[in-house]
Amino acid sequence: MSDTTHAPPKRNFVQSLEIDTRLLGMIGAFILVCLVFNVLTDGRFLTPRNIFNLTIQTVSVAIMATGMVFIIVTRHIDLACGALLATCSALMAMTQTVYLPDWVGLPLGHPAIPYIAIAVGLIAGTAIGAFQGYLVGYLTIPAFIVTLGGLLVWRNVGWYLTSGATIGPLDGTFMKLGGINGTLGATWSWILGLIAVAAALWGLYASRRNKIAHDFPVKPAWAEAINAAIIAGGILGFIAILNSYQIPQGRLKRIFEAAGQELPEGYTASYGLPFSVLLLIAVAVTMTVIAKKTRLGRYIFATGGNPDAAELSGINTRMLTVKVFALMGALCALSAVVASARLTNHSNDIGTLDELRVIAAAVIGGTALSGGIGTIHGAILGALIMQSLQSGMAMVGVDAPLQNMVVGTVLVLAVLIDIIYRKRTGAK
Amino acid sequence: MSTPLVDLRNISISFGGVRAVDNVSLDLKPGEVVGLLGHNGAGKSTLIKILSGAYAKDSGEIWIDGEKAEINSPRDARRYNIETIYQTLALADNLDASSNLFLGRELTTPLGFVDDARMEAETKKIMARLNPNFKKLSEPVSALSGGQRQSVAIARAVYFNAKILIMDEPTAALGVHETKMVADLIKELKAQGLGIFLISHDTREMLELCDRVSVMKNGALVGTERVEDVTEDDILSMIILGKNPKRDAA
Ligand SMILES: Nc1ncnc2c1ncn2[C@@H]1O[C@H](COP(=O)(O)OP(=O)(O)O)[C@@H](O)[C@H]1O
Ligand SMILES: [Mg+2]
Repeated sequence: MSDTTHAPPKRNFVQSLEIDTRLLGMIGAFILVCLVFNVLTDGRFLTPRNIFNLTIQTVSVAIMATGMVFIIVTRHIDLACGALLATCSALMAMTQTVYLPDWVGLPLGHPAIPYIAIAVGLIAGTAIGAFQGYLVGYLTIPAFIVTLGGLLVWRNVGWYLTSGATIGPLDGTFMKLGGINGTLGATWSWILGLIAVAAALWGLYASRRNKIAHDFPVKPAWAEAINAAIIAGGILGFIAILNSYQIPQGRLKRIFEAAGQELPEGYTASYGLPFSVLLLIAVAVTMTVIAKKTRLGRYIFATGGNPDAAELSGINTRMLTVKVFALMGALCALSAVVASARLTNHSNDIGTLDELRVIAAAVIGGTALSGGIGTIHGAILGALIMQSLQSGMAMVGVDAPLQNMVVGTVLVLAVLIDIIYRKRTGAK
Repeated sequence: MSTPLVDLRNISISFGGVRAVDNVSLDLKPGEVVGLLGHNGAGKSTLIKILSGAYAKDSGEIWIDGEKAEINSPRDARRYNIETIYQTLALADNLDASSNLFLGRELTTPLGFVDDARMEAETKKIMARLNPNFKKLSEPVSALSGGQRQSVAIARAVYFNAKILIMDEPTAALGVHETKMVADLIKELKAQGLGIFLISHDTREMLELCDRVSVMKNGALVGTERVEDVTEDDILSMIILGKNPKRDAA
């Protein structure tokens, strides 16, 4: 109460834009990684084809990483997400290839099969997640232990469901969610990109209008315009890159032959936005809305910041733990759809070590293990950085063991840089 | 005699082997300020935390407005219009002032989303009344000074039209000027008819602000006195010796 009033501090260029400098640093690091690998691979890294592959390889880990943000923000950890992914994948694979055709009598290829399988996977993932959350929240077993146990249990539940066999090929529609087998094509990708730009601009406008209505300071109009331009450019640029990746002629020919037609001379088509990436975007938007605009999100961050305060404010922190783990379980199931669809089958080792990649993605993305701090977009960017490192090193021909050593080192360094950054800026 | 706003009857609670509150009975009337005094560890915070729903009592009864109340959680206490400023302030450091003020009671838009703009505007209004210097509305409260954090905690208790206000060492982090502001606030709220439990170590301040003072020692109630019947020395000996020399003499 004794603070003297200061003159409003001079704002430099970046401050006027009100862009999170931490996010800026991460984007910078990501661009650096891309440029270095592009040089090392003689320009093969930043081709539309590789960027397309990079995005579809990132989706599964990125989806789970958004859930891991909430888990870590509430001061817990989930070591079981890779194993839970395997159980969900096994269950969905068995549902579509054995349970529904053999037990229920839906013939293979029946249009309802993929949807029923996904629903079964989502229900199972949510239920298992909720169960783990119950053990953590109500029975107060540390999440580290519950999910360490879960890591061993769920991977092997998956094994028993399939008797250890690889299950495939999966349903054709189901496999469309894996990446390259299901894309929007150029036109729809552009349409979607434009809708996204419109939504983003409207969001910026609405938030500005709301601030003005309540007499709060807004950033200068030019800064708002630059922000809008960056966002629009980013979205449309991304679409342009994906759209410039052409479907190879051989594959086009097969597609036309399958439809009983002949490939016209000079015909080309591009893949466009994969459905799996669309799913990731939907997850990212939903999770961001939950984090910033709902009571659930508010309580997640409050509980992470000060569990006692949250409890004293009337928040049911035990139930909150159940919800957070249930949400994580549902996201594991979604990741299981994407991962098994991408591989076109379920195999026992699916999602192995994913828990570590997911935790690393969240942490590189700025989620603090001490709780209370983390962002959804950060975690996704973290997943993208990790995947770029891994893919880039593979393209350069770095040995697998060395790849892992580099990724491990980067994780530790990222956290160190974060600690130094937070100390410098005085943020907690 | 009017029905007390709050009537705590024979409240006890133990932690492990420690009897933190031992058979304590206290009451509070509308428009009255009752002070709680005692050494650190006497059980003051624990007693009021039972009233605020943070701890579940082992035995005893809580009566509110002449009716027996079941208070098993902070949510229950809020339903009885009991608001608490905790000694630890109970703020989520990573959230800003308005998120803290409305924590657990967020204002929402018609679609059910949290309405940050409206909450911030409301926060601005109440802070203008309580602490005109408060400007850091959108920064995490970890960036605030002790006094500013305290005013956020006070604002949270005052905003929601409490009928019963519990203040556990509300001036601990404050300077002289701010302490005076809190004292004025207490008088204002008392005039509005609120019942206030006030915990403080400043005996003189307590004699000025309170109608009655209760002294606790080792979990038990030493006694409750009307302030006009006691001197500062009487209270000190109640705190230190666990008895009131005047009463013993009588
Ligand atoms: N949650 C708890 N667990 C165990 N012991 C506690 C707890 N809360 C308070 N106590 C004990 O109860 C006693 C009373 O503490 P407290 O009510 O904080 O005292 P005061 O507020 O009068 O300083 C102390 O001995 C303290 O250690
Ligand atoms: Mg105390």
